[in-house]
Amino acid sequence: MTYVIVGNGVASVGAIEGIRKLDKEGRIIVVSEENTPTYGRPLISYFLAGKIGLDRMSLRPDDYYEKNNIELKLGSRVTALDPGKKTITLASGESLGYDKLLLATGGIPFMPPIKGLEGSGIYNFTTLAHAETLIQLSQAIRKVVVIGGGLIGLKAAEGLFDNGLSVTIVELAPRVLSAAFDDVAGKLVSNRLENEGLHIRCGNTVEEVLRGDNGDVVGVRLTNGDVLECEAVVVAIGVVPSLCPAKEAGLNIRRGIKVDDYLQTSAADVYAAGDAAEAYDMIMDDARVTPIWPNAYSQGYYAGMNMTEKKKEKHPGGLAMNAIAFYGMATASLGLVNPAPEDGCDVFTYVDEERQAYRKLVFRNDKLIGYVLVGDIDFAGLYTGFVRFQLPLTDEVKQDLKDGQPSALLWPEHDFETRWTPECE
Amino acid sequence: MLFKPISQNFNDFVIDRDKERCINCEVCVRQCSYEAHFWDDARQCVMHDNTKCVGCHRCEALCPTGCLTIKKNPADFRDNALWTPTYMKHIYKQGDTGGILLSGMGSPSAKPIYWDNLQLDASQVTNPSIDPLREPMELRTYLGSKPDKVEVEETPEGPRLKTKIGPQIKLEYPMMFSAMSFGSINFNLHKAMAMAATELGIVYNTGEGGLHPTLYKYGANTIVQVASGRFGVHKDYLNAGAAIEIKVGQGAKPGIGGHLPGEKIDEEVSKTRMVPVGSDAISPAPHHDIYSIEDLLQLIYALKEATEYRVPVSVKIAAVHNAPAIASGIVRAGADIVVLDGFRGGTGAAPTMIRDNVGIPVELALAQVDNRLRDEGIRNWASLVVAGGTRCSADVIKAIALGADAVYIATSALVAVGCTLCGRCYTGKCPWGIATNEARLKKRQNPEIAAKRLTNLVKAWGHEIQEMLGGMGLNSIESLRGNRDKLRGIGLNEVELDILGVKHAGR
Amino acid sequence: MRRVYPNKDFCIGCHICELACLTAHSESKDLIIAVREEQASGLRPCKAVYEKGPVCVSLSCRHCENPTCVTACISGALYKDEETGKTKYDESKCVGCWSCLMACPFGAIRRNPSKGKIIKCDLCEGRDMPACVQACPNAALSYEDR
Ligand SMILES: Cc1cc2nc3c(=O)[nH]c(=O)nc-3n(C[C@H](O)[C@H](O)[C@H](O)COP(=O)(O)OP(=O)(O)OC[C@H]3O[C@@H](n4cnc5c(N)ncnc54)[C@H](O)[C@@H]3O)c2cc1C
Ligand code: SF4
Ligand code: SF4
Ligand code: SF4
Ligand code: SF4
Ligand code: SF4
Repeated sequence: MTYVIVGNGVASVGAIEGIRKLDKEGRIIVVSEENTPTYGRPLISYFLAGKIGLDRMSLRPDDYYEKNNIELKLGSRVTALDPGKKTITLASGESLGYDKLLLATGGIPFMPPIKGLEGSGIYNFTTLAHAETLIQLSQAIRKVVVIGGGLIGLKAAEGLFDNGLSVTIVELAPRVLSAAFDDVAGKLVSNRLENEGLHIRCGNTVEEVLRGDNGDVVGVRLTNGDVLECEAVVVAIGVVPSLCPAKEAGLNIRRGIKVDDYLQTSAADVYAAGDAAEAYDMIMDDARVTPIWPNAYSQGYYAGMNMTEKKKEKHPGGLAMNAIAFYGMATASLGLVNPAPEDGCDVFTYVDEERQAYRKLVFRNDKLIGYVLVGDIDFAGLYTGFVRFQLPLTDEVKQDLKDGQPSALLWPEHDFETRWTPECE
Repeated sequence: MLFKPISQNFNDFVIDRDKERCINCEVCVRQCSYEAHFWDDARQCVMHDNTKCVGCHRCEALCPTGCLTIKKNPADFRDNALWTPTYMKHIYKQGDTGGILLSGMGSPSAKPIYWDNLQLDASQVTNPSIDPLREPMELRTYLGSKPDKVEVEETPEGPRLKTKIGPQIKLEYPMMFSAMSFGSINFNLHKAMAMAATELGIVYNTGEGGLHPTLYKYGANTIVQVASGRFGVHKDYLNAGAAIEIKVGQGAKPGIGGHLPGEKIDEEVSKTRMVPVGSDAISPAPHHDIYSIEDLLQLIYALKEATEYRVPVSVKIAAVHNAPAIASGIVRAGADIVVLDGFRGGTGAAPTMIRDNVGIPVELALAQVDNRLRDEGIRNWASLVVAGGTRCSADVIKAIALGADAVYIATSALVAVGCTLCGRCYTGKCPWGIATNEARLKKRQNPEIAAKRLTNLVKAWGHEIQEMLGGMGLNSIESLRGNRDKLRGIGLNEVELDILGVKHAGR
Repeated sequence: MRRVYPNKDFCIGCHICELACLTAHSESKDLIIAVREEQASGLRPCKAVYEKGPVCVSLSCRHCENPTCVTACISGALYKDEETGKTKYDESKCVGCWSCLMACPFGAIRRNPSKGKIIKCDLCEGRDMPACVQACPNAALSYEDR
């Protein structure tokens, strides 16, 4: 059996581990455009901020590929896929045959149509290379504008600020973090960032990137007409699935590469996982692109197991989750956190201004389906259990959760007995 | 202390917390069911209220830094040989409440303990002692009626017993766990006793609270008790055990019945006792169908009929003034075992005055009952068991030398699982999880651990008994039974020596 | 593999296991110093005792077969040791993103607030018997291969 994995992110690592769990012999070839062994992509913000060095970037030990008997083709982009002939073509023109293929191509930064965006002085923040570029940039400039007040944008802004730059975040929504978190959490976080000295402009976006005579960035003009001076712009509005070579090969695509419960695409023997895939989400009860790390790993892992044909395991479904900390303020958000009125959810919120703590719980049909925590996140995992296992809640249990007292003893007896005893897995 | 009656302010104990070591972990706070320790929000540390402490030492035992010492309150009243603090405090309390004084566990009063005045013999040059580690040493004991004589017949396979011997309880050690009802102590300890008895090859006694359905499987190592309240008594119950015991009296409270307060009757106790949840379970002072030896005879035979003469029937009485005559009557009424319970015997609750002033020392009762039955030539008709305050293997072996076939142990069993004799069993708040059915307290007794400790205790005593027997040149407990020549008295007067039937140590 | 199993029928909620865990993972290995000094500077037990009415139970990482914490860890600090089956943790790699803390549905991960790193049961690396199991006065924890 020859397995080919396109991409070398965490979904790829998950797949290697899934395959090797069941198949120690098969040939595994990993082809990736990026030129490094798998690193913790989210770590690039720690790297940018100078909190960790390059030595701590890699996700697995140095001998990982050797131990797992992996053939690595780094720095090679896959340009074409022929599901009929079961081959892929690399940019070099080389062609590789596979028995099973995994597309773990991840995401690419979304670039909005903004005037003046083409040209120098525009950066992204999704790869280690980007981080290295921004570190160098920090030596040369003083002012930067970050477009996007989501997780990546804020992390980029924080890192650049820590490098001594004056940073302004421009966010279209009325609050930062409003998608993955919510308004209140966004407010607490932006207060925090502003206290540290970052500038935040919400309800606004960049209409035009202003350039000097030599084409260098000199500032941006916002929709309200304000002009912010800057020497560089970082675009961090999010990522979109990287669809090459899936699209050209005619695989079924909506936003991402559509996969079934077993992570198989519309083409036989071709699987997809991670930021590139559009897979079932357990809370939304529908297919989604959820570009987060744990989903990427676990989809990769299940895809890997299923590719061996030794086991057919249904993926339990993705679960959106984000934990992120800013200058000591910890936040966590999981599941559905901003339900629409028609979702029929019961939403509980609690704010402790003094302690800068916030708790939001989203219930649907007597189950917990999402939460946001700011400040006190120590119980996050206990809330997660209720979402992950969709444990039924009595009124009494609901109250304890609302009171900020989740506990394993609130689990239904049967769930406690079976799930807490590990041999039942 | 503010807002407290004087009876409480003259507290018995003081809690000494070494602040050098205390880490404010609140282990003591969680352990004390009397709420003597508490978290003091104002001072942000653990504090205590001495007046609430009953001296159970639970906190001291569990404090992870060992920084607690529970001490006797050193505050002294003016010396007075007559008016000791105990009596004064009793009076203060009664002045406060107008009620009778209640106590738990056996009498702590300073009355003679005859075991301590008896010394055992040991072999020297002649009749050399035996090393139990090298030689067989028999502790097995059978309880039940023995025939007047045995006939043996020769068969091709060898000699065979011709006489039919009545039902017996077989014990691998001359000890049994005494009656402590389910309700007065909790299920976990019943289970532990059942497990330990099974492991040891001895028996435990259910007490008067019936037998929990899940414990029927330990029936071969169970004595089922029938008392005046007849709680939980039915045909299956009677047939569940290795023997039936009719409880007439209890050493700690001769002449009165029992009272299990409604708070202790939870779902399980209710089912087992066959009384409604939350209602008081009152055992009358007498059995209302026993007013004479003849009545007792009827009950004994009713029980024997119910069990088709498969198991021996025992009758338990408190050791009181006319014990020998009563015992003789009981034996003649058909009992296979007679149990004498001395005034040191434990209890879950007894009026203090009765506990401390009624009944006689079991040592004296035992010697006299044994004498009387021998004199009447009916000693073999029934086995004799003593209960009440057996503290060590030496007490056991002395009891056997005085004439007992076996002893019941209860207090020592409870001490083995943690009891510190604080004597507040009647509150239902036992911090050691023994005399309580409160869910959060009773789980402090893990039956696995308790059973192990009970087993260890009996095994340890067994080893010691073997050592002492060997020292006397005996190789079986049988040879010591009623062998008072192996005992000598010290510090006893003529009358006491005469009653006990032992010579003075100088002779 | 051998794991620590809780027994909620006989857990008396004394929290002694937590103190034992704290001491075993302290620098000083001294209960009093561990609580007074090291806890004040961020040390926490890996164990947590939960209570509800009369029921108590002491829980910690169950070393899952397929651990979500490992899936969530962005730095490679958490990993599954194939040989022992333990879910292991390399503190030097942790960046304190708290992803694992959120992802573990058993709530088995805590924070060391001063270090900005996580705390998780390691089954008392270097001890024959996990400290919590050894210290429990009521055998409400057992270390066994089920
Ligand atoms: C700054 C930042 C912070 C983040 N923080 C968090 C966080 O805290 N928590 C969280 O859950 N998630 C976070 N994420 C998201 C998380 O990193 C992604 O979900 C995860 O990395 C996706 O993994 P993947 O394997 O699917 O894809 P990627 O990691 O994107 O890997 C895809 C790989 O495929 C290669 N590739 C793509 N196309 C081709 C091709 N045609 N040929 C060859 N190779 C190709 C790419 O070069 C890349 O190396 C963060 C992301 C960023 C950028
Ligand atoms: S148990 Fe001991 S160390 Fe803990 S609070 Fe009580 S006295 Fe202090
Ligand atoms: S009553 Fe017992 S547990 Fe409470 S303080 Fe006194 S000795 Fe300690
Ligand atoms: S931390 Fe949680 S998810 Fe990870 S192994 Fe332990 S219990 Fe499982
Ligand atoms: S907090 Fe540490 S161990 Fe946990 S996921 Fe983040 S880096 Fe990994
Ligand atoms: S030490 Fe044992 S009994 Fe005490 S809380 Fe921990 S598990 Fe429960």
